[in-house]
Amino acid sequence: MVKFINLTLSGVTSGMVFATVGLALVLIWRATRIVNFAQGAMLMFTTFLAWTVIEQGGSYWLALAVGLVSGLLLGAVVERVVIRPVENKPPLNAVIVTLGLFVLLQAFAGMIWGDQPHSYPPAFTIQGFTVGDTRLLLSPFDLFVIGAVAVVMIALTVLFRRTDVGLKLRAAAFAPEVSRLLGVRVGRMLTLGWALASLVGSLAGVLIAPQVFVGPTQFDAILVFGFTAAVIGGLDSPVGAVVGGLLLGCTLSYVSGYVSSDIVTLGAFVVLIAVLMIRPNGLFAVTAGRRV
Amino acid sequence: MSGTGVRGKAEMSRAATDAAGPLGPLGGLWRLTLVRHTTWALLTGAGLLLLSLALSPYHNLQLAQVGYITCAATGLTMLTGLGGQISLGHGAFMAVGAYTAALLLEHQSWPLAVVMAAAAAATAVVGLIVGVGAARLHGPYLAGATLALAVGLPGLANYGPLTGWLHGQEGLSVAPSPPPLALGETFPLERWQAWISCLATVITMWFLANLIHGRFGRSLRATRDDEIAAALSGIKVARVRIIASVAAAAAAGLGGGLLAVVATLAAPGAFTLTLSLQLIAAIILGGLGSLAGAVWGSLILVLVPSWASDYAASANVPHDIASNLPPAIFGLVLIGVMLVFPRGLQGALRIGVRRLRALKS
Repeated sequence: MVKFINLTLSGVTSGMVFATVGLALVLIWRATRIVNFAQGAMLMFTTFLAWTVIEQGGSYWLALAVGLVSGLLLGAVVERVVIRPVENKPPLNAVIVTLGLFVLLQAFAGMIWGDQPHSYPPAFTIQGFTVGDTRLLLSPFDLFVIGAVAVVMIALTVLFRRTDVGLKLRAAAFAPEVSRLLGVRVGRMLTLGWALASLVGSLAGVLIAPQVFVGPTQFDAILVFGFTAAVIGGLDSPVGAVVGGLLLGCTLSYVSGYVSSDIVTLGAFVVLIAVLMIRPNGLFAVTAGRRV
Repeated sequence: MSGTGVRGKAEMSRAATDAAGPLGPLGGLWRLTLVRHTTWALLTGAGLLLLSLALSPYHNLQLAQVGYITCAATGLTMLTGLGGQISLGHGAFMAVGAYTAALLLEHQSWPLAVVMAAAAAATAVVGLIVGVGAARLHGPYLAGATLALAVGLPGLANYGPLTGWLHGQEGLSVAPSPPPLALGETFPLERWQAWISCLATVITMWFLANLIHGRFGRSLRATRDDEIAAALSGIKVARVRIIASVAAAAAAGLGGGLLAVVATLAAPGAFTLTLSLQLIAAIILGGLGSLAGAVWGSLILVLVPSWASDYAASANVPHDIASNLPPAIFGLVLIGVMLVFPRGLQGALRIGVRRLRALKS
């Protein structure tokens, strides 16, 4: 029983991080109908920037701020420079551009910081709480991770539901022509959407860094799991990304605890297929008329 | 939608020129798809034979690499380009083919051709299972499912109960298949490997070309363009998609088997996510849905990183920069080609040829 609780706890923590990456992908999918495969490399790059701040003697919080701000800027630059030209081209072209960006950013990071992974300090201790004699797989840092992700999600919900900018963002994503006629600067909104998504992604990078270390290819698995989480939830639904992330996190944790840690990724595949067999468009898909 | 319109027009104009061409016995024969494809396959085979005789062992090895990548990419370009079913998991199919070939070569003394056919067949079975599951999915959902497959399947090699059999991370080493003695004792191994790889690939392309230029290809394109209209016209959408995914998997399995023979190794490290992504990049760079495009894409995939690393080795730069230069250039090429030639290289070539013809007439 203790094992089950522990596996659930660690599953929830990693699930929250998957949910964050999934959320970054969902934001971009909603805004531009592009699956951003470069997200993993983008958050890797900003996490490396944060790591550099710590290496130079900066505090954890300064590094976090640098990571988030650079994420915001990187997202905006990427959208303006390489995504804008392919936005109205065949959808697979955008996929290839993001793949190219993924390879390019990894190579740049390797050139600047080397291919060896570096350790990244956590904000709080990663020693688990103890209840009686048993140590739980839940540490103050895990609580911080869960809290930070929850805050970001609440902030995004407020932004999208309760503010003017949020309304414009949603309008630009769902009906670009109409919003343009009504005076919304659609291009600017798309850039902002990418910037926000990239910010969310870079938060996930900094939060998971103590566990996976910082290196050019260390965050690949996070992207795959984040994407899986988003697909499980239905790519259009932010709530779906969170539920998908938690579901995936717990399943992976049980697979690695009860079966073998070597086939964790195969477990992700099985969960995904099981969900898609029942609901081909994800758990939270809204049945809409098929566009012909 | 506009893409199919343009392609449809091109096909019509081609049909018109064919009809206007000489209708002698030879011209009539030439109009048979099977004859045309067989002639092309024989000519390509002869050209590759001459090319491999002229190349150094190192370049022959590259030729073999282009061969097996093309083999896997042609299947994918049919599935994704004509069927509209994106697969990010084609590297996993190559892994199945490579491991099948490696296991058979280790435990059985079958001829190489039979082993390759078995690798393709085994992968086709996996393709059938995946295809049945994937027939209902489309767009990013299919991409997600196949992506998870690409990442998950190679992990099986490290799974405890199977490591005794698949040797975990080290993988299975394959004894190189020596060239037959009839070719002379000094015949280079690399040239023989290039021959095997290119022969298998030309045969695969011949099969696929015949498949997609017939009734099946039309049905496949119909399911891509409008699923409901296709179903109304009596096309069994799920069955067509499953056949396409079986054929694509078989081609990838053969490519994987060839990889095992050429690299003399089948290891999980060769079938990373990067391989799957590179295959999809190759077909889109070349021009989606065109077999010739798959060749262009595979050439870029093999040659650009190799040139870049040669350049990095000759230029005197620090190790970190030299080792990361090939992927950096590859990434730039991916982005650049997509921005400059949105229809891929084959598409750009077609447009260029059409413009030239328009200038002449």
